[in-house]
Amino acid sequence: MRPFDYARPATREQAVQLLAATPGRAAVLAGGSDLLALMKDGVVTPERLVSLQGLQGDHTLRFLRYTAAAGFRIGALTTLADLAASEVLRLEHPVVAETAGRLAGPQIRNVATVGGNLCQRPRCWYFRSGFGLLAAREGASLVVAGDNRHHAILGNDGPAYFVTPSTLAPVLIALDAEVVLLGPQGERTIPLEKLYRLPLAEGEREHDLGPGEILTELQLGPAAGRQVGTWEVRQRETLDWSLATAAVALEMEDGRVKRARVVLGQVAPLPWTSREAESFLTGKTIDEAAADEAAKLAVQGAKPLSKNRYKVQLARVAVRRALLAATGLDREL
Amino acid sequence: MVETSWPKAEARRLLGTRVSRLDGPAKVTGTAKYTYDVARPGMLHARLVHCPHAHARITKLDVSAAQASPGVKAVRVIQGVGAEIQWAHDEIVLVAAATGEEAEDAARAVVVEYEVLAHHVDDLHLDQAPETRAEEEELAGEPEKAMAEAAVRSKGTYGLPVIAHNCLEPHGQVCEWNAAKDTLTAHCSTQAVAALAPQFAERVGLPAGNVHVICQYMGGGFGSKFSADRWGIECAEISRQAGGVPVKLMLDRRAELTIAGDRPSAYAEIEVGAQADGTLTAWISKSWGSGGLGGSGRPPLPYVFQIPHRRSVHHSIPTHTASSRAWRAPNHPQGCYLSMSALDDLAARLGMDPLAFVRKNEALLGPLAKTYLEELEIADRLMGWSARWKPRGGGKGPVVRGLGLSLHMWGGSGHRSSCEVTLQPDGSVEAKIATQDIGTGTRTVLAIVIAETLGLPLEEVRVQIGDSRYPASGGSGGSTTVGGVSAAARRAAVNALRMVFDKAAPALGTTPDLLEAVDGSIRVQGEPGRALTWRQAAALFGRAPVTATGGNPAPSGSGELELTGSGAGGVQMAEVDVDRETGVVKIRKMVAVQDCGLVVDLKTAESQVYGALIMGISSALAEEKVLDPVTGTLLNADFESYKMAGIGDIGELVVHLMTGPGYDERGVIGLGEPPVISPAAAIGNAVANALGVRVPLLPFTPQRVLDALESPGRGIV
Repeated sequence: MRPFDYARPATREQAVQLLAATPGRAAVLAGGSDLLALMKDGVVTPERLVSLQGLQGDHTLRFLRYTAAAGFRIGALTTLADLAASEVLRLEHPVVAETAGRLAGPQIRNVATVGGNLCQRPRCWYFRSGFGLLAAREGASLVVAGDNRHHAILGNDGPAYFVTPSTLAPVLIALDAEVVLLGPQGERTIPLEKLYRLPLAEGEREHDLGPGEILTELQLGPAAGRQVGTWEVRQRETLDWSLATAAVALEMEDGRVKRARVVLGQVAPLPWTSREAESFLTGKTIDEAAADEAAKLAVQGAKPLSKNRYKVQLARVAVRRALLAATGLDREL
Repeated sequence: MVETSWPKAEARRLLGTRVSRLDGPAKVTGTAKYTYDVARPGMLHARLVHCPHAHARITKLDVSAAQASPGVKAVRVIQGVGAEIQWAHDEIVLVAAATGEEAEDAARAVVVEYEVLAHHVDDLHLDQAPETRAEEEELAGEPEKAMAEAAVRSKGTYGLPVIAHNCLEPHGQVCEWNAAKDTLTAHCSTQAVAALAPQFAERVGLPAGNVHVICQYMGGGFGSKFSADRWGIECAEISRQAGGVPVKLMLDRRAELTIAGDRPSAYAEIEVGAQADGTLTAWISKSWGSGGLGGSGRPPLPYVFQIPHRRSVHHSIPTHTASSRAWRAPNHPQGCYLSMSALDDLAARLGMDPLAFVRKNEALLGPLAKTYLEELEIADRLMGWSARWKPRGGGKGPVVRGLGLSLHMWGGSGHRSSCEVTLQPDGSVEAKIATQDIGTGTRTVLAIVIAETLGLPLEEVRVQIGDSRYPASGGSGGSTTVGGVSAAARRAAVNALRMVFDKAAPALGTTPDLLEAVDGSIRVQGEPGRALTWRQAAALFGRAPVTATGGNPAPSGSGELELTGSGAGGVQMAEVDVDRETGVVKIRKMVAVQDCGLVVDLKTAESQVYGALIMGISSALAEEKVLDPVTGTLLNADFESYKMAGIGDIGELVVHLMTGPGYDERGVIGLGEPPVISPAAAIGNAVANALGVRVPLLPFTPQRVLDALESPGRGIV
């Protein structure tokens, strides 16, 4: 077994210090459902694990707090099962609770955390086979030349072709969620959307977490009358990764869309916001024709690889169905 | 007189009833110990070093760092400098250490350098293969002439990829060499306890009798576990090298999926022709596929239907992948899927209901025709086919529904087997046989046969299996086990009972031919009052146990009827929903109607069919080995990306076993293979019925379904 340090600090600041002391060579351990598998497969080889499970008192990160005015503050160690079971979340943001409850299987949901879900590594089979996150060999992408049926159709100008794995992220981004990051320089709060970035070289990460920085909290405002819908195309009923997802949140005024968020998952290296669909929808009333047009616009810029053209159709259908679900039109069809 | 033949229906007490498997409680409580669970005192743990390249030559090999690694007790070079490696993940070095972690560290310390050579892993494109091997053409009648004269013709391309066995327990063993006695004890996860001992013996240079193979419980084989395997031999050798300490080597999931066998692919261009009334006249097929370097098996084409004018050619494509192994009903699922798809497409062209199409061609169904027709009638009722079938296509909205059917056949005659039954003075009964229960219920079947024969409650019979020192029995393959072991056990128990009757007759003042064994007693027929308890009868032998033996097949010249038969036919129907916007296929319902002769245990027999349906559904919806064209390595060597159907994906399963007159008298016929043959074919036809478009290539993923909808008839690209 490759040796590593294991630290179980009691305070958040200690955790940050322990991570910052070995930048790039330490990893945060939350539920471990992704990290431990990556370590066993030798895909990642951290020299230090900093567990957040030992945080004490006010420092603990497993909490879900709600106020009518500010909405939710959800600690990074809150499990997916906690989210799925939260009565207040089910009432305020049923789509979030349902998405969490559909993820993976019960065993995983019982240990996997919100923070872990948002920071998990891509499922790209080249990455998981040890070819690196960008899977390049002699300057050429194995993904482009190889079997890319599950890879990106958007945001795939390279060198990253993997797809973002979280199905929770698109719906949270559509709801304008923010995340709190704690690092050696203190705390900062950023839109969840800004957490994700495209790595440009091997060794770069797909998140914006700096050395020693920890995602401590998810902040999610009240529903505020938004119409929210998601659609996930998944081959198997359980224990499967989505082939494409879409999440939409619509702020309505007099039956028209005042502001739209349209976010796709599993189609690009990061959760993919479709500005084209969002601006098209603004000012519209949603009917089937509008949903069709928005869905088309959402995949207009898609550039399928050799084996994943079908995903363009899946993404389009996901957006269309998410819109119809958000507006209740799916029940009338 | 005790008859050897199976008891008549009215006399059966246990045979054909629903008996829960005897080792169920041990399995669910974890007291059952699989090979993976075996832990011996002082046992070392071994790990393999695998080759990362699909085709390469070893140019440098240095194990010195591994030998010096903490905890390491022995290192063996399996393939050294100069060796040409023919597939990715092939075994290069084996290390044994005190712990698995230490062995992993040592394996990582092995330095191997390779000259990478060109590889070929594409089995889909026959015209792009650098090398192909043509099999002998099969020809009957005048296919070209008959095809030209056919009123209706259908031409298509169909195919199935390479899939894995996915045994939950991977291949592996614990080997213990005894240097003082020159013996080897091997705990193996195997389908062939008896045959493995001589395999090990020959390869490690011991007399066969010095090798003892044990497998009490095993977690799945499906045809992939008949060999001692190179890693098994190396495990034995490293135990010897380490001074005779036991060594455990189990493959990890990546190795299991990559090198422990798989099912060959099969693709075919098929043209089939019929008269206007649907009578099949002509078949012309060109098929190809791969099962690794050794080529592929040959799917039987056309399958089931004996079309009078037919030509089939087959080519094997050698690929740089580990060799395929028998996979449940070798070659039949391929032959079935290819044939039933082509015939269903023809029926659609004819505008015929596939059920009517099969009935129209009754004369081509061979010796099982009557069975098929009876089964179709039952399947029709269970599925509601006739009431609900509609021509291909149509439907409103994104989700459309379809029905499909398929027919299959298998042999399943009992293998060579011998069994001994020992009666102790206290009346206890113990049977020994070197068979193995690969999850099918073999233990339970043996207990049922012996208890039925001796008139004892099931729990009075102790069954000992899974040990090569017991009387020899065949490997569990080809659906031959249940016939072989039940016939051998029946004969052994009958012989035991005859001995008991001979002893009991004088004590009861009668002759042996007037005795019967009922409800734990030996009594005079028709006079329940004149009886000995089983225990009293056993005590007549004095203080020593007595043993009777029996075997399969029947002793030559004995004039005995065989207790096992051959030739099982089955029919399956599938109902699916397909979302034509997303390409997601959902199974609504599967109906399997199956013949297997005399059923020993209805519950475990049905369980076999349920399992086969699930395995077949999985192959239809999800399974394929994905090889990277650039590196030649397996990209989905884990249960996350090598997808299998889960409980939510299988729909409603309805199983009906054909029993009673016309079936029971054929004797016991194996059931492991037949029900796994048809599911993918039936599902494929249901998908075509739903969509109005054939999805030619398995598995029916959203990608394949959407591709087919976009370019119908495009075939294989």
